[in-house]
Amino acid sequence: MQDIAASMPMTQVAPRDRSRLIVPVLLFATLALAPLLGLVGPDRYVLALFTRCVIFAIAALGLDLALGSGGLVSFDHAAFIGIGAYAAGILTASGIDDAFLLLFAALATSGFFALATGAISLKTRGVHFIMITLAFGQMAYFVANSLKAYGGDDGLTLANRSTIFGRDLLADHRVFFYVSLAMLLAVYLFARAVVRSRFGRVLRGAKENETRIAAIGFDPYPFRLVAFVISGMIAGLAGFLLAEQSEFVSPAFMTWQRSGDLIIMVMLGGMASLDGAILGALFVVLTEELLSGFTEHWRVIFGPFLVLVVLFARGGLLGLLTGRRHG
Amino acid sequence: MADDLLRLEHVSKSFGALRVTDAVSLDIPKGELHALIGPNGAGKTSLIHQISGWIACDSGRIVFDGEEVTGLKMHARARRGLVRSFQITSILPRFTALENVALAVQSRSGSSLRFFGDASREPKLNGEAMQALRHVGLAEQAHRIAGTLSYGEKRGLELALALALEPKLLLLDEPMAGVGAGDGEALVGVLRDLKAHCTILLIEHDMQAVFALADRISVLVNGAIMVTGKPDNVRADAQVRAAYLGEAA
Repeated sequence: MQDIAASMPMTQVAPRDRSRLIVPVLLFATLALAPLLGLVGPDRYVLALFTRCVIFAIAALGLDLALGSGGLVSFDHAAFIGIGAYAAGILTASGIDDAFLLLFAALATSGFFALATGAISLKTRGVHFIMITLAFGQMAYFVANSLKAYGGDDGLTLANRSTIFGRDLLADHRVFFYVSLAMLLAVYLFARAVVRSRFGRVLRGAKENETRIAAIGFDPYPFRLVAFVISGMIAGLAGFLLAEQSEFVSPAFMTWQRSGDLIIMVMLGGMASLDGAILGALFVVLTEELLSGFTEHWRVIFGPFLVLVVLFARGGLLGLLTGRRHG
Repeated sequence: MADDLLRLEHVSKSFGALRVTDAVSLDIPKGELHALIGPNGAGKTSLIHQISGWIACDSGRIVFDGEEVTGLKMHARARRGLVRSFQITSILPRFTALENVALAVQSRSGSSLRFFGDASREPKLNGEAMQALRHVGLAEQAHRIAGTLSYGEKRGLELALALALEPKLLLLDEPMAGVGAGDGEALVGVLRDLKAHCTILLIEHDMQAVFALADRISVLVNGAIMVTGKPDNVRADAQVRAAYLGEAA
């Protein structure tokens, strides 16, 4: 980098680095081809597993906006997933099953909850922020537990997947997988644009040095709040898909451990890189599936591995693969 | 006084029993380079913190450009043209030097609530940022990651960040602290240039630089202003010699 800069000091823009496209292209190509595994294995199992990967990749991307770019360690994100899922579940139970309406409801409710909780949580920083988001997350969890009309702690089974213009296209597992993948791609492109935009630059700057950002005239609060809401809505989208895929919602979607899992995905993959969030989600979901086949104590193996990655690979798995470190 | 860009009225601040700012009143007219000197621990940096809004004063009023800013936070004062630099370098270490300054330019040009379009490719932001970097002699280092710059270069970047905001009043907290003699002379040159463009309140320990640059000097001792006057008068003041210059020489 330095050599390039020195040889062309008067150009105002560093050259675009095409090699950075390799990882996302490989990731999406792998995912798009993953259902082929169904040819040699149990088809529905493979599709369900990779759909789960894609859905958690969406949630991890959402969290990466808040955590990686904004420096916000949120334990609220499982609640956003759960709220998106319950919005879909409750509407379906009331006989509304139009996919666009359900999606809109999931985004609106999770976005509103993120706005309300973020507006308060973001008045604090550090450990206090973590504790307050955790408290809000637990609140949502207990509210879901007490929804007697919608199954309480047993959860709620959806009668059917949602329909698109009255047709049950999403009932096909293969179609549902590719719809989810298309949403992941859309979220990824959107998140990339946001991170590089004027907005994203202020957000990243405030994570690096809040004092400097204030000294050049920016109040970090509104930037963090908007990022938190966008992040929450993306998690809400993941919740909607999760409810649709499993045709079931339950308070278990909202446990604080789930928020912890999302943080692990982002940190393991490589913070603030977006590619890393997808990679981390794939790795965690697949490893969990693989290891839990051997032993129910799979976390005993996974835990030390996580410690090693965090200690020795500061750029996460993505950093290990590419030799780069991200913000 | 309509000509005063900055007016402090009995500004006071205590940390517990320690009175760091003791009823400081000061007028700085437009165009002046005003130096603030005093022994270590006199409360110079604390005063800058209060003027810039990084910490709130306990009592008193701060009026900037005809508007009371006492209750405003740092970012709001920066937007009004009351801009500071830091004694301990404060930059965005993982951004390039150019991105650091471009973000400052962004702060005064258009909305930052834009979610699309690559900010690092906006020619207007980069062009003006480049100009500020050139001003402090850092154009060649524009694409380097700011954290990898040398100490002197970081001091220059700190100054470029302030310049890029096109301040009305620049609060400079020891811009030459720890900078070698050669870079120090270059910085004096930059400050001399700057005098033509904006009003400056300068804290500096390098007395040669202070007496060469300042229009007026205030001496701060134990949080209170002991004397304010032209450089020659301050130099001649017996109290000041006893309190400060005598020690330094």
